[in-house]
Amino acid sequence: MAMESRGRFRRIGLFEVGNTLLMLTVCFITLYPMWFVFINSLNAPERALLGTINWFPEAWSLDSYRVVFNDKNLMNGFYITTLRTVIGTAAHVLFTAIVAYGMSRSNLIGRKFYMRTALITMLFSGGLIPTFLLMTKLGLYDNFWVFVIPGMYTFFNMVIFMSFFRTIPESLEESAKVDGASDYGVLFRIVLPNSMAVIATISLFSAVYHWNDYYQGVIYIRTQDLLPLQTMLYKIIAENSMSFMQQQAMAQFGARLPGNSIKFASMMVATLPILAFYPFIQRYLVKGVMIGAIKG
Amino acid sequence: MKGKEAVKMSQHRSGQMKAFFRQWQVQSMVIPGIVWMFVFCYIPMFWLIIAFMDYSIAKPMLHSPLVGLKHFEDFAADDRFWRSIRNTLGMSAIKLALGFPIPILFALLLNEIRSLRFKRAVQTISYLPHFIAWTIFGGILLNWLGEGGVMNQLMMALGIQDREILYNSDPQYFWWIVYFSDVLKETGWSAIIYIAAIAGIDPALYEAAELDGANRWQRMWHITIQCIRPTIAILFILAVSGMLGSNFEQIFMLKNNMNMRMAESLDLYIYNMGLVSGRHSFSTAVLFARSVVALGLLLLANYTSKKLSGESIF
Repeated sequence: MAMESRGRFRRIGLFEVGNTLLMLTVCFITLYPMWFVFINSLNAPERALLGTINWFPEAWSLDSYRVVFNDKNLMNGFYITTLRTVIGTAAHVLFTAIVAYGMSRSNLIGRKFYMRTALITMLFSGGLIPTFLLMTKLGLYDNFWVFVIPGMYTFFNMVIFMSFFRTIPESLEESAKVDGASDYGVLFRIVLPNSMAVIATISLFSAVYHWNDYYQGVIYIRTQDLLPLQTMLYKIIAENSMSFMQQQAMAQFGARLPGNSIKFASMMVATLPILAFYPFIQRYLVKGVMIGAIKG
Repeated sequence: MKGKEAVKMSQHRSGQMKAFFRQWQVQSMVIPGIVWMFVFCYIPMFWLIIAFMDYSIAKPMLHSPLVGLKHFEDFAADDRFWRSIRNTLGMSAIKLALGFPIPILFALLLNEIRSLRFKRAVQTISYLPHFIAWTIFGGILLNWLGEGGVMNQLMMALGIQDREILYNSDPQYFWWIVYFSDVLKETGWSAIIYIAAIAGIDPALYEAAELDGANRWQRMWHITIQCIRPTIAILFILAVSGMLGSNFEQIFMLKNNMNMRMAESLDLYIYNMGLVSGRHSFSTAVLFARSVVALGLLLLANYTSKKLSGESIF
């Protein structure tokens, strides 16, 4: 009896150890790439040359960051990205929430028709070329608002808002109506203040999208001054175009400052906001995915 | 009789109109959303008809000459089109066969971790890469796969290769780079939905199975997998119907002139033909054909799943 239970204990123990090790490996594989960028951005440029495997910077230096923060183009990209993230997110949340509140009213006339119109867009879409032509015709090509207006609304987020609004007790709204509040009054004074959790979730979804997107910039933007940071990074990394920043760095530091360490430093600058907000992001976004999954 | 009914109808209708105007505030909230959808979803759908025209962006669409199926015949005769089909299907097949089970496996194994704190920490860390932009993630990959990069150092240290290989310039590695980078970036995130499904399983089931002497693997197979089968089926349907698509942000980041032979997916082909070469009608014809086939795939996958497992999305 004792032998048997000990044997069983050992078998489970072995699995547990193996499984724990596997999970630790997963964590390592996940974290190391970011750590790699971090240490190489801080490494003295000549050491960061081709990215050898290492754990700590061999010689600390902030030269690469100095170049990045002195680069007018990159800083302008940072500004454009921040601007589109703030405006794009605010517009998306406000617009989608207002539509969703209207849709959540059970007495809304034409509700079925509206819902059907929206569902069709989930099944069919025009795709890249027709959308591109539309943007051109609307004057949104090479225009800052191309980041904001086409992303102002998604059916998926509307449904998330709508189902959340339905959970707010109607008595709250009724009492405000008795006090003479209009529908807009109820929405802005009662419903939205009671929906902060879902607003936070959708805002983060939207903000992460705006911060990380490089593709809109590649397709719709030609003017250098309107390029978001990620699109610039795309050009520096994938197309290996010598940016203004690198040319300047070459002149300043000579061959001592290879492109790689500047690349790493600009990658770090572009990722820091995401990493700083990660605790909130992961808390709210995971909740959002759950809501979406249940609805879907 | 008929006159009376008509009067009733019109009364009913005018009553509805009145009710509609009485709720103008709520309507004014919804209608902008409908207008937005009309402009940004329905107009592009309507614009698909340029697939049957020789459309030029300088002229109004209705002045463009109709050419019937000319563009469809053109792309069907283009080797590069068939190459892009092969690439898309190849990459999707690898992703589906070898990539689809990984988040499920990860969720199962994570579920076996006893310490709640460790479990949560691993989960939180595992979806970090999902939030890293493709420019950053791709930048790291390109650095690691390049000359003197981490990959080469590792392979040479392990004695697997004796000289440097430029992984990203050699087309034969491209599909695998796409597969592995997708697994690295998205496993934790895709697992969330399975982890949530597993968390919803009634613990009494496990207790009963344990009393009946089921071991860990039997419990995993007969309880966990069976309980999350609906979730798996639905995600599988969606994955199959998405086979003609690709992760454009990923491929666009990793492609270059050297690996284009294996990298040009259907999405990239449409982009290259339509926006780089400016053949709008031609590319739209490809888009049109793809939407039709994708819809067919969705219906087929849905039907098959309904027959085999009883699960379907509609």
